[in-house]
Parts: sequence; C-alpha cells; structure tokens
Amino acid sequence: MRKEGVFEIVRTLIVILLALLLAFLIVVGVSKEPVLALNKFFLGPVSSPRYFGNVIEAAIPLTFAGLAICVMFQAKQFNLGVTGSFFIGAVVAAAIAIKVPLPAGIHPLVAILVGGIVGGAANFIPAILKAKWNASELVSSLMLNYVMTFLGLYIINFVLRDVYAGAMVSLKFLPTATLPKIIPKTRIHLGLFIAIFMVAFTYFFLYRTKWGYALRTTGLNSSFAKYSGVNINSVIIYSQVIGGIISGIGGATELLGMYSRFEWQAAPAYGFDGVIVAILARNNPLYIPLASFFLAYLRIGADIMSRATDVPSEVIAVIQGIIILLIGAERFLAKWRHKIVVKSATESLEAKGGKQNESAI
Amino acid sequence: MKVLFDVIFSTAFGYAILRVTTPILFAALGALVSDRAGVTNIGLEGIMLSSALAGVIVSALTGSAWIGLLAAVIVGILIGLFMAYFALNLKTDIILTGIAINLMASGGTIFVLYLVAHDKGISTSLNSKIMPSVALPLIKDIPVLGPILSGHNILTYFSLIAVLLVYILLYKTPLGLRIRAVGESPNAADSVGISVNKVRYIALGISGALAGFGGAYLSMGYVSWFSTNMTAGRGFIALAAEAMGRGMPLGTFLTSLLFGFADALSNSLQSLRIPAEFVQMIPYVATLLGLVIYATQEKSKIEKAKRG
Amino acid sequence: MSEEILSMKGITKVYPNGVVANKDMDFSLRKGEIHALAGENGAGKSTLMKILFGMEQPEEGDIYINGQKVIIPSPSAAIKYGIGMVHQHFMLVPSLTVAENMVLGIEPKKRAFIDFEKAVSITEELSEKYNLNVDPRAKVEDLPVGKKQKTEILKALLRGADILILDEPTAVLTPQETKELFSELIRFKEMGHTIIFISHKLKEVKQICDRITIMRNGRSMGVHNIADVSEEDISRLMVGRDVILKVDKQKSKPKDAVLNVNNLNYVNELGKKVISDVKFSVRKGEILGIAGVEGNGQRELIEIITGLRKYHMGKVMINGKDIKNLSIKDIRNLNTSHIPEDRMIYGVAGEGSISENLISDRYDKPEFNGKLFLNKAKLKDLSNKLVSEYKIKCSSADQSVGMLSGGNIQKVVVAREFSSEPELLVADQPTRGIDVGATEFIRNRIVEMRDKGAAVLLVSADLNEVMELSDSLIVMYGGEIVAYFEDASKITENELGKYMLGIKKQSQEEVRRAFYA
Repeated sequence: MRKEGVFEIVRTLIVILLALLLAFLIVVGVSKEPVLALNKFFLGPVSSPRYFGNVIEAAIPLTFAGLAICVMFQAKQFNLGVTGSFFIGAVVAAAIAIKVPLPAGIHPLVAILVGGIVGGAANFIPAILKAKWNASELVSSLMLNYVMTFLGLYIINFVLRDVYAGAMVSLKFLPTATLPKIIPKTRIHLGLFIAIFMVAFTYFFLYRTKWGYALRTTGLNSSFAKYSGVNINSVIIYSQVIGGIISGIGGATELLGMYSRFEWQAAPAYGFDGVIVAILARNNPLYIPLASFFLAYLRIGADIMSRATDVPSEVIAVIQGIIILLIGAERFLAKWRHKIVVKSATESLEAKGGKQNESAI
Repeated sequence: MKVLFDVIFSTAFGYAILRVTTPILFAALGALVSDRAGVTNIGLEGIMLSSALAGVIVSALTGSAWIGLLAAVIVGILIGLFMAYFALNLKTDIILTGIAINLMASGGTIFVLYLVAHDKGISTSLNSKIMPSVALPLIKDIPVLGPILSGHNILTYFSLIAVLLVYILLYKTPLGLRIRAVGESPNAADSVGISVNKVRYIALGISGALAGFGGAYLSMGYVSWFSTNMTAGRGFIALAAEAMGRGMPLGTFLTSLLFGFADALSNSLQSLRIPAEFVQMIPYVATLLGLVIYATQEKSKIEKAKRG
Repeated sequence: MSEEILSMKGITKVYPNGVVANKDMDFSLRKGEIHALAGENGAGKSTLMKILFGMEQPEEGDIYINGQKVIIPSPSAAIKYGIGMVHQHFMLVPSLTVAENMVLGIEPKKRAFIDFEKAVSITEELSEKYNLNVDPRAKVEDLPVGKKQKTEILKALLRGADILILDEPTAVLTPQETKELFSELIRFKEMGHTIIFISHKLKEVKQICDRITIMRNGRSMGVHNIADVSEEDISRLMVGRDVILKVDKQKSKPKDAVLNVNNLNYVNELGKKVISDVKFSVRKGEILGIAGVEGNGQRELIEIITGLRKYHMGKVMINGKDIKNLSIKDIRNLNTSHIPEDRMIYGVAGEGSISENLISDRYDKPEFNGKLFLNKAKLKDLSNKLVSEYKIKCSSADQSVGMLSGGNIQKVVVAREFSSEPELLVADQPTRGIDVGATEFIRNRIVEMRDKGAAVLLVSADLNEVMELSDSLIVMYGGEIVAYFEDASKITENELGKYMLGIKKQSQEEVRRAFYA
C-alpha cells in the first residue's frame, strides 16, 4: 500500500484515540462513579448478545447515511439533505406499508424502492438550484430538511394517523410489509443485507462506472473535469439525487426493519451522523460499514453508560465534533506527513534508478 | 381569508414580528461580519444554542440576568475563536468546522443541561433570569406604532442598535476597513502588511459574540428557559438572510425582518385551522424561495457583465 | 554621474520545482534615474523584483541600499527601506474608495473612528504634489485602468517610496494614458525619485529610460545607456538563444486544413479587445507555431479554439464544423486534443491517480465500457501501456499525480492527449517548467504526431521551442497576427524578435497567407 495511504490510516487512528481520550477525561471529571461509567461505555456493548445486536441495528441506518454523504461529498457537493430524504423516504414507505397491500416478499421491497425514489426527488431541489443558479446547496438542503420533516409529519398525522393510539403515530403496518428479523435474540433485520448491498452498489457505482468516474473527477478538480469534457452540471445533479435515493432507502429500511408503525415525532439527525461516518471512512464506501459500526458502538456504549450511571449519553457529541475537526484539519500532523511524502517519493525514485537531477516534489 | 387578514394587520402581529426577528437578526449580523472578512460561519446555530444554555445557567447561578448575558456573549466569542483556530491554523475546511461546532453544541448542550438541571429536555428546574422588557416613554403612546414598537425585551432594542453598530464598525473604523479589505482582496491587504489571519480571527470572534446575543435572547427573553435544540434552524435561516442582504447591515436587517415575518406568521396561524405542519414550514420554505430569487438575480448580473 | 543607491549582487533564486529563475544576477541602480529592466517572459525580471520587494527570498546574493547591506524578508521591510512596487495586477480593494485604499493599514484616526476627511486630504495633497489626478472619493471599481494605476503609485509614494518599481505598467493602458504616465514619471524623476521600469515594449523603453539592464534566462546580459543602444540591439540581446536545441525532423508536407480561424475578434470581460481580425489555418501534417510575448491574445485564442471560452465574432471551424455552440466534449469528439498551459488547474487532478488522470477524456467511450461497468482490465492495460510508452517515472500507475515531478506530470498530460490520435493538437507551453529529459521527449513526440498526419498548433513563449519545432510560424502582437512565415527555418531570431516586440509588422496580404481554407 502507498505510504501516504498508511499515513492517513494512522492519522485517523490517532484522531480517534485523542477523541476517546477526551471522552475519558470528561467522564472521569463528571461522574461520581467513573470506573463503572467507563466500563459500561467501552465494554457495555459486548456484554450481552442483545446489546451487541443493538450496535449492529444502529449501524444499519448510519451506513446508509454515510454512503449518501460519501457520494455527494466525493463530488464536493456539501448537501446535508440526508436527514430530510431519510425521513420522507420512511414516511412514503409507511404509506405503502399501510395502504397498499402486496404479497409478502415484494411488499417491503416496493416500499423501500419508492421511499428511495421520493428521497431522491426531494434532493433534486437543492441539486437543480445549485446547477442552474449556483445557490448554496448547504443552506437549501438544510431548509429542505425542515420542509420534508413537516411534510412527512403532516402525512403521518393527517393521512396515516391511528386515532385510537395514545400518541401521534401511524396505523400499524400490514404484516407483509415489515422486514423479517434474521438473527434470533436480536432485532437485527433484513435491512442488514440491504445495507451491505448498498455498500457494494455505491462502491461499484463510484469506482467501476463512468458516471462514478465523472463524479469523482469533478470532486477532485472541477476545472480539469470540465476541460476533459465532463458535464459538470449533470454531475452536480445526479450526485445529489443519488445521495437522496440512498437516504430514502435508508429511511424506509430503518422503519420497516425496526418498527411496526411510524412513531417518529421528529426527524432523526442522520445527516450529521452521515458526515461523521463518511469522514471516518475517508469517503470510501468500503470503509463505511466499519465507520458506522464504530460510531454505533460508541452510541450504544454511551446509552448503556447513561442508563447505568449519571453520565448522559450526549458525551459522544463532543467526540464526534473533535473527530470531524481533527480529521478535516489538513495541518494536523502535516509536518510528519510531509516528511513521509518526501521520503516515499525519493525511495521510489531510487528504486527505479531515477536520475539524480530530478526533484521529486 | 378574513381571519388571516385580521391576524396580519393587527398591532399584536407587528409586535410579534419584531420579537421573532431578534435572534435571526443577531445571527445574521454575525454572519455578515465574518462573511465580509471572507470566512463563512456555518456554526452560528451551534453558537447560539451554546450561548442560550450558558446564559440560563449563569443567570441561575448568579441570580443576575446581566451576568448571564455576559456569559452567553463570552461563550459565543470563545467558540468563534475556537473555530478560527481550526479553520485558519489547522486548515480544516470552514464548512466542516461549522458542522462540527453544530454537532458538538447540539449534543453538548443536552449533556451540560442534564448535568446541571437533571433534565434532558428543558431547564425550568433552574431558576434562570430573564432580561427585562422596556416600555419606551413617549413612543408607547403613539397610536398603532406604539404597541408595535414599545414594550419589547431590551435585547430586541439591542439588536436594532447592533445593526447600527455593525454598520459603524464596518464603515467607520480602521478594523472595519481591514475586515472588508481582507474579505474582498486578501492580496491587497497582505501587500500593505495587514495580517489576514489576525483580522479573520477577530471577525469570527465578533461573529460569535453577536450570535451569543442571539442565543441569550432566545433563552432569556423570547422564552425564559433553555430547551433542546431551541434554535430550530435559525442559525441557517440567518445565513440565507445575510446572503440576500447583499452583505450590507441595512439589507441584512430588512431580510431578517422578512424571515421574522414568516416566523411570526407561522406562530399566529397555528391557532387557525391550517394544519400546524404546513404553518411551521413557512419560514423554511420562505428561506428556500429567498435563496432561489437571490441566486437567479446574481446569475443574471453576471451574465449582463459578461456581455459588457 | 549620480551615486548608486541600490545594488543587488550575485542573486540566485531557484524555485522548488527546480526552475532557476535568477542566476548570479547583478543589478545596480543610480539615484534619480529611470532604469529599464527588460527581458522576455521567464527571463527572471519579475523574480528579481519580487526579491527586492521582499516577496521572495534568494538562495544566494546580497542587497545593498546606499552602500549598506540589508535583508528584506517581507514587503513591510521593503517599504521601510523606501522601496515601493506597483504590481501588474493591482493590489487594490475594488469596493473601497481611493482614499480608503490609500490609507489601508495606516488609517488616520479621530478617536476610535477613521478620519475620512484626513484620508481624503492626504490623498489630495499627494495627488497635487505629484500631479497624479485621482478623485479620492471615487470607488476603485469605478475607475478606468489608468486611474487605478495612479492610485497604486500614490499608495507607494504615501508609504515613503524613494525607489518605485513599475511592473509592465503600460500593459493595461491606452496610448493616451501611457503618455500621461510618462510625463508623471519624468516629474517623479525631477523630484528625486528613482524608477525601475520593467517592460518589454522597446519603443517605450527607448522613450523614457536612462539606462537599461537586459535579462535573458535568469542572467544579466549587461547594462547600457539607452542612448548607446538601438531597439534592434536590445532585441538581439533579449531574444536570443544560448543553446540551440536542434530537433530532428523531416520537412513537413502539409495537406488540407483541419483548423480554420476566420476573422476572429474577441472582447474580454474588462471590455478590452484582445483578439483583432485573426485569420489563419493549421493544416494536416504541419506544426504551426504562434510566437509572441505572453499577453498578446494567445491565451484567449487557445481558450476559444478548445472550447473553454465562447466567441461571438468570426468563425472557428474544426474539420469543417463551426465550433461556436459546441461543448468541450463535442470539440474533443472532433478529434481535438489540448495540452493546457496551466497543467495543475486544467491538465490533471493532482490528488487522483495516474491511471485516473490518463483516462479523463475517454472514460465514457464504448470500448472501455460494458453495459454498466467500466472495463477495468482494458483501462489498466491502457494505463500501463502509456506509462511505459511515455516513460513516466512513478512507483506505479496508482500513484497520485501530485507526487510526480513537473516533467512527469506533463508526460501524463501528453500521454493522454496524444494517445487519442487527434487530428488537431493544440499544445500550449508544452515544456514549460520541466526538466531537459522530459522536454526532449515531448518535443520528439510532437514531431511524431505531425508525421502521423496531425495538425499541430503550438504556442510557446520559449523561442527555442517555437523556432525549432514549428514548420510555419505566426507572430501575435497586440491581439493581431503581425507576421506569417511559411518556413520557420528561414527566419532568424533577430528578425523574429522585431515582430514579437512590435518593431516590425507585415502587410495585410502577407499575413493573409496564413489562411488556407
């Protein structure tokens, strides 16, 4: 593997360690029973199959969110509409799960597919605004998140509402619509396979198709892409739409896999979670499951800790922020990186018997 | 329909607009200062949230709303400088920096809230103070305008004064001149020996301070408590307002007012028979539309310039 | 004979990419003179002045001011020593007024606020003193270029500049503004200032300067009194070749025209006419070179031909098709390839791998795509083939392009652009800033392309290159074609220099012969 690649992995690990160290310090500073708290935090998730199952369950939607961000960020589109597309995808899937009877096996898949399409359609809005008028996709996607959330809540509260239930929730899904559990003693559902499929799909899309190539090249250097004949506007649009489709599929999958009716009162903030996962995975789809697993592990660990001790689970918000800040910091450990780069370049030149008068940098 | 008109054309509504505009205006002014220096502050949402909590906690501890306000502003400045360190020294992309700040604030405030108030949702168990409201002498007796303009929280009046102060800062002081120079032509500033990074640090600090005022208002004026994620996207709406205000304090004020209008409308309409969800959407849809209008105008300006 | 106020001795500057910009350069300045610093692009004059103004640091050499050795680590230090620079690209803030730009960084204060009236009066005073009329209250963005330049000059004078460096000051001025500038400069001289006048416009240099230092390839070619040298002498010293790199090639046998540029006119965003009635063709099997000092319209011309810029007046045809409304992709599909001038911005994606960069123009072609997926095997074969064929020095085709040396990066660009078997090849500064080995390789390849029947349009500021490689030559000056030579081997560099520097110009009929439609 290239030296630079190895360096990046080491740098990521160092950042994770630093962030965990920070969490450690906070817990010790805040808790009256730090040892128990830390024990629960770091070891809680592996202390029972049920808890470990929770980690996997939590990792599934994080994977979808990470993949969606990955696709969009590789095109350098800072679209955070994952939250909105996720939510509306789930709502639409709920509608199909409740109102459209279909044979088992097909029912959830159709619901998920349609959820994905709607998620993609939602993200088309910031995409076209950017392509046509250069409007910030960041602000427009954030606004759209709110719009989609309210739109979704409206549909749940007025069209799919279960008036006999105590809270503002939807009717129950038809039994054919939910995704079956696949591992006994846990709530892990078929969505796991869908997520794995999505990872493969995203990887192949980005690295094995011409559209993916055009997308990545545009992200690396849009002037170069343009000069090479790539249609930049096209890339701006389809990268965001695909991000929306993946998010919509993620929302639908999460809903039909974990619930028997639509219960969310607000949109879970998967957009920002996706950013953390994508950053940890360095925008490479193949590392996303690993990153999702890691984040899910931390989340569940924090949850377990908060239920057993006096430390609230939100402590990981700080970890997440530090991770983003440090991994994104180009200058962090930059001097070390520079040394490695110089060393690596000189070595490879010597290995090939290069001329002495060629400067490698 | 008639009910709608009655609602909008009442002095209570006019009053509500000013009330609701206050946090957006503070944040938008914060966005303005940093934007003019050439750094986009996406973290305003997180700064406002953090300051809101800081205000509540410190005012409860000290029994003084004013000290709470001070704490809120200081927290805002510190976060602004923190962002500056990462974006300017360690070279993290400024947008990622903002996202990180928002994340940390979102979870961090719940964390701290729980530690202090033993509640993850709301801070009412704390005896936090609120900033006083002021009845403006003379003005309060003017028909129609009186009830609209008088009786606001003192921070609302601060926000209006802030527009003036930001204007004075940017256009009348040496620092303001340098901020504008650094944002528009960093090379030119550099060539006369101005430290571009130093100016940007200061701009982010001021930006954080303004957002701090906005946050303090939310938890110590608009309502008298801190609740989770109470900023509800105002930090982002402020960004849109600032963009549309074309980087001028007055323009920013007017566009903030516009979004305040949308926000107030959504509040008032809740009592009517329109579904709450659509009403709540109004400010965000308005922002989207505003963004589109602004962007289409920018594009046609560029096209015109190209044709010479 | 007035005394020497500035002396630069033995200045050597090597840039990180290996380019030697200044080699053992000496420069001497006498008090109260207007001293011209002349040389082609790449001769090193900008670098020398950047060193003087503290924007760059030399590897070797010393600077003496009034006999004292000084170190100039930054522009602020240079300003303290009384050196002021008026850059070619103005360092002004467009939305601020003249007075505000003048006092930026040294603002006069009235308690906490800027004393604008004082700023205005300072500007007016200085304006009057030097007879440089600018309205202090006008916004810089509203000013014509001539006034902007006056503001730049006043800025330097305000900060106490005794020595004024003017970098290509007349490049952006109208003839009238140039006249004004010259009378101003004479005034400055009378008031005791010393001026370094960087330019390659020989007529002007002759008009206003006292002495001239000529630079070529980073070295000094001598200092002369203006009165002692003619324009032709200067041209000969500036535009010469130290080493004549012979390129082995047969005589060309050009066939039909592939590219036809007919009556092309172009006005840029600033309203300046940068291309004037340009009419020429490039034929199959020939290398047509465009010689000329940079900034005479070549860049815009290339951008129009390759689709990076849209044109409105005239006709540009490739293989019989008008490219007016064609996208870049369409133009490439007409079998056009382009080696861009700015390889890091347009030529490669620095963080991408070599193989990713090699396929950017053909990744979507049927031969590399199955129904859904890219044919990775074929692409890998192609990359490996190109890497070995073009001798790209790398650890593997997966290495990121940014890690390679300049010459190898250019080889990646060349490998990609040549291997698509273009009928029209546009090469813009193909060997700039790269080592000798890569340069030779690329030039030989260009000749090979020509021999295979491609039409090659070569733009190069390197006289060596443009004279040795081209079969035919056109010279651009002031946006026009001022000369056409059907046989490039028949012209001497002295002659060429005269056309390049505006001393000579062919007639319309002679120039029209460049068109072969």
